[in-house]
Amino acid sequence: MRVCVVGCGAVGSLFAANLATLDDVEVWAYDLAREHVDAINHDGLRLTGAGEVHSHPHATADAAELPPCDFGIVATKAMHTDPAVAATAHAFSDGCVATVQNGIGNEEVIARHVERVIRGTTFPAGKLAAPGVVQWDVKGDTTLGPFEGRPAPLDEVQRLADACTRGGMPTTAVEDARGPQWRKVIFNAATNPLGALTGLTHGRVCEQPALRALASRLVDEGKAVAAAQGITLDSDPEELIDYAARPDVAYGHKASMLQDVEAMRRTEVDYLNGGIVEFGRRHGVPTPINESIWALVKGVEASWEQ
Amino acid sequence: MRVCIVGAGVIGSLYAAHLARVADVSALTRREEHARAINEHGLRVTGRADFSSRLEASTSPDDLPAPELAIVACKGTDLDDVSARLEGRWPDATMLTVQNGIGADEIVAAHGPWRQLTAVTFMSGTRHSDTEVEYVLDTATWIGPARGTTAADAEAVAELIASSGLKAEAFPDLRPAQWSKLIFNATVNTVAALTGLPHDAHFAELEHPTDLGHLVKALIDEGKAVAAAAGVELADDPWEMNVLATRRGSRHYPSMLEDVEAHRRTEIDLITGALVREAHRVAVSVPLHETMQRLVKAKEASWE
Repeated sequence: MRVCVVGCGAVGSLFAANLATLDDVEVWAYDLAREHVDAINHDGLRLTGAGEVHSHPHATADAAELPPCDFGIVATKAMHTDPAVAATAHAFSDGCVATVQNGIGNEEVIARHVERVIRGTTFPAGKLAAPGVVQWDVKGDTTLGPFEGRPAPLDEVQRLADACTRGGMPTTAVEDARGPQWRKVIFNAATNPLGALTGLTHGRVCEQPALRALASRLVDEGKAVAAAQGITLDSDPEELIDYAARPDVAYGHKASMLQDVEAMRRTEVDYLNGGIVEFGRRHGVPTPINESIWALVKGVEASWEQ
Repeated sequence: MRVCIVGAGVIGSLYAAHLARVADVSALTRREEHARAINEHGLRVTGRADFSSRLEASTSPDDLPAPELAIVACKGTDLDDVSARLEGRWPDATMLTVQNGIGADEIVAAHGPWRQLTAVTFMSGTRHSDTEVEYVLDTATWIGPARGTTAADAEAVAELIASSGLKAEAFPDLRPAQWSKLIFNATVNTVAALTGLPHDAHFAELEHPTDLGHLVKALIDEGKAVAAAAGVELADDPWEMNVLATRRGSRHYPSMLEDVEAHRRTEIDLITGALVREAHRVAVSVPLHETMQRLVKAKEASWE
């Protein structure tokens, strides 16, 4: 089996490094960060922290070098999906492409370029420590399922999930992967921007009763949009919010959106709150609070251009 | 006419320096060194005017002559403390409050039986030092009667202020103007404080779905619904005020954005808080203003 990880940042590297430990899987990593690519080709890809892995995927910054692949795993930041998949689509003309990205709407973008698409949600997290080295912060499960619009066959989804699980990334193949995805999106959309707009860590966001109640308003809108699409969440995002606020889990964690804002990097708000607003519009569900939060974070991004 | 300016920030200093040309003016300051600097150097105005005035300043009301008119120009967040320090003093004074938001006159009234006038001011300036303030926007102060005063009293004070070189106008009922400014401020200040954007063209953009103008409009519409339910007919449409202000081409830094950048407590409770309290009183739901209030309060908590 040949797999190409498209976008080999922290999450992409977790998949690439773990899959490359398997004898029957050939792994390619496509990324534009040349230093990272060179380091992987020279010294291999190393994970430290929650798991110690050292393996040798092929890496390239040139999409033309990619051979035909059975599977793609897209792990870019959401705003880079379109160019990344457009550049690599030739490698997947007979294959299936999965997304493990944040937010909603990525599958639709991928489906503009490839025939068979896999909807996915992943919870593991990490950060790039140095070229070729990724700090693995959190282990977690991944769920994959056929994307309704341009579905990959379920047995192919199962084949990819099995490989990921054997490689050390526990993955489940399901017929409808929207439940876990919407749970994660609702969780992220209700907490990330509150951290980004106030500067507070996840635990401190939850400590302020008025702000925690605001998170619940955002959750309620997200749940209504999910319900209007007939999606059953696999568990309540509220529980995830309170669980993550525990001192032993993520009390002091700065949401990735807050990290982006502090570094003046474009955020993924379009795919989180923006995604909830867009799907809400399509299904006639009003989402005024998500809409306001979306506008505020876009305003923050605009303030850097002054 | 003896006038005391309570709080010599930008707005207080502009009143003090101008009025000192036509009245006996003193200033009650918060900081000792500020009072000392004013006593030594006077107050200098630059920008739209260029002059200096001499006046007496102190941090203690007992050091200053009892005024007939006190212009209370401290920040809204200091208003309760400042009013408490004036309890039992200045029995003949008329207190004119010029704070943002609504409810300033009630805060002062809780501390003494003074006669009161209420005002909103649209002028603005920039502080360059303890004794120099730049006069930036020469827009008017609007004055109306409050406890124990009449339209004629408001008229007299407006004339005094106008004779000093500032713009002022009296209204028989200030609520329409006050509410217009309240809705405008609750919207523009919080959006600026949370995004880091000065009040600029972004605030009136409506072309794309994520343009900030939609949020600004939605906040203003919530405010208008509260005003309507409270029986207040607005003087100016706050959306028109917003569009006009952004068309001037200047990039105005609302005070709440300056407060956030300096990690100071903001006037959120007096501005958005007042609007939300009124909304609850008249049973109008304002989820977006509540969202803004919670976010600004949480932002304050991030540096406390």
